[in-house]
Amino acid sequence: MNDQSLRNFNLNFGPQHPAAHGVLRLILELDGEVVERCDPHVGFLHRGTEKLMEARTYLQNVPYFDRLDYCSPMNQEHAFCLGIEQLLEVEVPRRGQLIRVLYAEIGRLLSHLLNVTAQAMDVGALTPPLWGYEEREKLMVFYERACGARMHANYFRPGGVARDLPDRLVEDIGAFCDPFLKVLDDLDELFIGNRIFKQRNADIGVISLEDAWKFGFSGVMVRGSGAPWDLRKARPYDCYEEMEFDIPVGKNGDCYDRAVIRMEEMRQSTYIMKQCVEKLLKAENRGPVATVNNKICSPPRAEMKRSMEALIHHFKLYTEGFKVPAGEVYAAVEAPKGEFGVYLVSDGGDKPYRCKIRAPGFAHLQAMDFLCKDHLLADVSAILGSLDIVFGEVDR
Amino acid sequence: MKLDQAAKSLFLTEFIAAFFLSMRYFFKPKATLNYPHEKNPISPRFRGEHALRRYPNGEERCIACKLCEAICPAQAITIEAGPRRNDGTRRTTRYDIDMVKCIYCGFCQEACPVDAIVEGPNQEFAVETREELYYNKERLLENGARWEREIARNIALDAPYR
Repeated sequence: MNDQSLRNFNLNFGPQHPAAHGVLRLILELDGEVVERCDPHVGFLHRGTEKLMEARTYLQNVPYFDRLDYCSPMNQEHAFCLGIEQLLEVEVPRRGQLIRVLYAEIGRLLSHLLNVTAQAMDVGALTPPLWGYEEREKLMVFYERACGARMHANYFRPGGVARDLPDRLVEDIGAFCDPFLKVLDDLDELFIGNRIFKQRNADIGVISLEDAWKFGFSGVMVRGSGAPWDLRKARPYDCYEEMEFDIPVGKNGDCYDRAVIRMEEMRQSTYIMKQCVEKLLKAENRGPVATVNNKICSPPRAEMKRSMEALIHHFKLYTEGFKVPAGEVYAAVEAPKGEFGVYLVSDGGDKPYRCKIRAPGFAHLQAMDFLCKDHLLADVSAILGSLDIVFGEVDR
Repeated sequence: MKLDQAAKSLFLTEFIAAFFLSMRYFFKPKATLNYPHEKNPISPRFRGEHALRRYPNGEERCIACKLCEAICPAQAITIEAGPRRNDGTRRTTRYDIDMVKCIYCGFCQEACPVDAIVEGPNQEFAVETREELYYNKERLLENGARWEREIARNIALDAPYR
């Protein structure tokens, strides 16, 4: 019998595959059903955000941050606004900080709800995403009531937030929290304990803590491997310092741990939201929601119509924006997917000289080859789901 | 502990529990809406289709200050101003919004000093060709006339927070 030459089978996974979570193209080299090599091709959603930003004023750039990780829009704006505020050295009023933290946590819920339930769908369960979407719908209504858009919020501004929240809305958010915890328990019962979900996720995509640090992982990806690392605790921004919450940490660094951590993080986020709601309703926390410096934030509308000074500020702000002192700054927030950072270079003008966006998903995606090696083809979608990739931010 | 686990896996406890849970959800009131006939309420802040407003006496509000054109991050707005009139004010001769470029950020209505351009509550303006989404002044004023009641109400409701 003569020798037969064998070669591995190359498979294109995506960019239209529903489990590719967007427009990822993976080139998989298969030996039978075992993945030998996994080569992610990115860039299908590249819009050149970083370059576009150089031609726009700081204020005009805020809406572009919503479009990076569109599962949790406000968390991205948060990082950008923090960066500008550090360069400008302005303080956000307390009510503004509380509103930001409240909405950043709503963003975390939005992202984790989608990810955990979509992970269940990736491994075959179709009911969880529907339940998750029902809760997301309620959260998006909160987004819409605060800023007027369900996803692309444009709500956080350098120096605070765009508008104050009506008390009714704050109370409604408070009323959402406790029933939501019940829904989380139901989701737990529905699929976290399920043996199929466990079989498909436990011991899949294991990464040790050491490797996780080397790949530049952050967020749930390092917490799953056992590091209690969370920027909200490690380098608190806004009023996270006074919030009480725990950081769930995993043991095994596999897909199952990461899913469980995301479930627990949603509970912790709900606790933070409750604390924010309680504080927002107190009389001592009333007041401005954005810095009163009219060189940075536009004056209230009523004042703009009455006072010449305010009208001039309004016109200046909406035409040439504000000038930011020359300097460099790195501001990072704990976005749901990990550390979302903005490296901002200002040359003293009204537009950023350069802005580098550090997207957590990009660092996570580069470990695909490492994580998928020697796994079965069916595990690729489970691993991809647990990395929590969103192409808005990976491709930028 | 081992026995406990064995019993659990033998009797498929988590499957049965999840089955009854989903049956409970099955008989709960529906969360979905029959869309074209039923709609969710939207807040006064909703940013939908643009409209150009008029004063109650029929005068156009827009004074061609071009703040919206300047702030628009997507550069979707084009304005040409007419000559100054006898009363010393100006009006636009051309006011175009490219709704394909627009990112619905709401900066134009925030910037407008006379509440002329607003993003109204309408979100059902899907069309079949791109050309229909290049709105001109006539179309925007027509929107303003059609939605004036809702827009005025929304602005009044949101006024304390702006």
